[in-house]
Amino acid sequence: MENLKAKAYALRQDVVNMIMSGKGGHIGGDMSIMETLVTLYFNEMNISPENQHDPSRDKFVMSKGHCVEALYAVLAAKGFFPIEEVIEKFSKFGSPFIGHPNNKLPGIEMNSGSLGHGLPVAVGMAIAEKMNKSSARVYVVMGDGELAEGSVWEGAMSATHYNLDNLCAIVDRNRLQISGSTEDVMHQDSIEKRFESFGWNVLSVNGNDVDALKEAFETAKTVKGRPTLVVANTTKGLGSAVMENKASWHHHVPSAEEYEQIMKDLKEREEAALHE
Amino acid sequence: MNKIHNRQVICDVLMEHAKEDKDIVVLCSDSRGSASMTGFANTYPEQFVEVGIAEQDLVGISAGLAKCGKKPYAASPACFLTTRSYEQAKVDCAYSNTNVKLIGISGGISYGALGMSHHSAQDIAAMSAIPNMRVYLPSDRHQTRHLTEALLQDEKPAYIRVGRNPVEDVYTEDNCPFEMDKATVLCKGTDVLIVACGELVRPSFAAASILAKKGIKSTVMDMYCVKPLDKEGLLREAKGVKAVITVEEHSPFGGLGSMVAQVISANDPKKVINLSLPDAPVITGNSQEVFDYYGLNAEGIAKTAEEALK
Repeated sequence: MENLKAKAYALRQDVVNMIMSGKGGHIGGDMSIMETLVTLYFNEMNISPENQHDPSRDKFVMSKGHCVEALYAVLAAKGFFPIEEVIEKFSKFGSPFIGHPNNKLPGIEMNSGSLGHGLPVAVGMAIAEKMNKSSARVYVVMGDGELAEGSVWEGAMSATHYNLDNLCAIVDRNRLQISGSTEDVMHQDSIEKRFESFGWNVLSVNGNDVDALKEAFETAKTVKGRPTLVVANTTKGLGSAVMENKASWHHHVPSAEEYEQIMKDLKEREEAALHE
Repeated sequence: MNKIHNRQVICDVLMEHAKEDKDIVVLCSDSRGSASMTGFANTYPEQFVEVGIAEQDLVGISAGLAKCGKKPYAASPACFLTTRSYEQAKVDCAYSNTNVKLIGISGGISYGALGMSHHSAQDIAAMSAIPNMRVYLPSDRHQTRHLTEALLQDEKPAYIRVGRNPVEDVYTEDNCPFEMDKATVLCKGTDVLIVACGELVRPSFAAASILAKKGIKSTVMDMYCVKPLDKEGLLREAKGVKAVITVEEHSPFGGLGSMVAQVISANDPKKVINLSLPDAPVITGNSQEVFDYYGLNAEGIAKTAEEALK
């Protein structure tokens, strides 16, 4: 069994290298969402370079598209493209590896970047899979600040209207957005109650705990007749005290000193996870 | 007077194909009645998706369906479909290159007295400015049928605008020349070229008869394919004429007139006059009353052409 906890810390190092190379990136959210992506791609979803055109594959939509660096790291680890190429070309002139998901790249279903788009698109995918009588499941990752977009709630409404138990949405609840605390910018608590009132099955877990996420995604599959929301309670910037829980690291390029410290911390945590 | 709406023809064609093609899906935003899609919804309920009054959801869901192999047709009032869900059209349909056909019903000033909130005088400009989005305004029920059949054959996004009311035929069932993305030439003359789209093709064609009685020979082009504009056909027909008149149910900015003027000025410079709605909320009235008021009828178009030649 692969050590996904260690893998998440290893892939965070790829993200930091990407951001240093491209001189930009949404590093805070990349760090908070990493365990979710690693768990989905390496434990949950049947998505791989081999089956990327198979209609029965699971579908994934990165609605918080600004955290594409974390997605690139995971897709590269899955073999969709070489990580060296991503790090070299990220955000550079003419590069296919731009700052938001683009489906000209293998492994990416939908383009995103503007928030509030992913859930309605995922609802459409889930309706289609029901029409196709397919067992494929649909996953969509949103940010917590993103929930201020009204289109999220249009999607939330239709997901329960159509009893989409093949749909699992994840909210990266890191409690910070670019201007500061989500509670100061636009009050979100309680996300759980809001979605429950729309008829969703809601699970609230430690979103930086691979085992808790595994269990949540397993539970989601057993719930019939309605979609599941996993509120992934996370730490923004997780991996190094240099950037943890700091809104200013929403979009930030580490200095040379910060880079050294962050990489040292990430390697230590990766090592620690390997020996747990 | 023809009683069949263009929107009804779209529904009829989709129903004919939906029997065999189970991937055809129609989506409405509490708009099945006004879109003439009730027949489809009742006959093929398993291929119909109602999203309620939520146009962003309508287009996002359509894109998701398309990504999973479906052929979605999202039918909603043009005013809401092209502005409320503009970003979904841009990102989820055009940018993601999903096979979504956006059917803008009651386009232009079809909703008449309901006011500017319900008018779509910006839709051509808005949708045309999106890379990978095509824009079609069929002129009558026969052309609408050919266009709908053609769109079923491709897998790219497109926006189709139709009006609310039945319109007089331009063509007949047996004589409706149609080539995808090529304008149709209705009559040929050497003095003036009139280029029109949508419901204003018919009065433009009628204007040619008025002009003929005055000895003015005109070419009338039905540019149903506003994007991609038939540039080759336009330059071919513009060759030798003294002026070009464009006619559209749209704002003066960014529509057919702007596009035609771009092509003519760069390749065969001559006078181009754009007949359109004003840059203002339009006067209250039904479509014909509004068209008459702004000179968007046969007499008004003929008068403009005549003056352009002076």
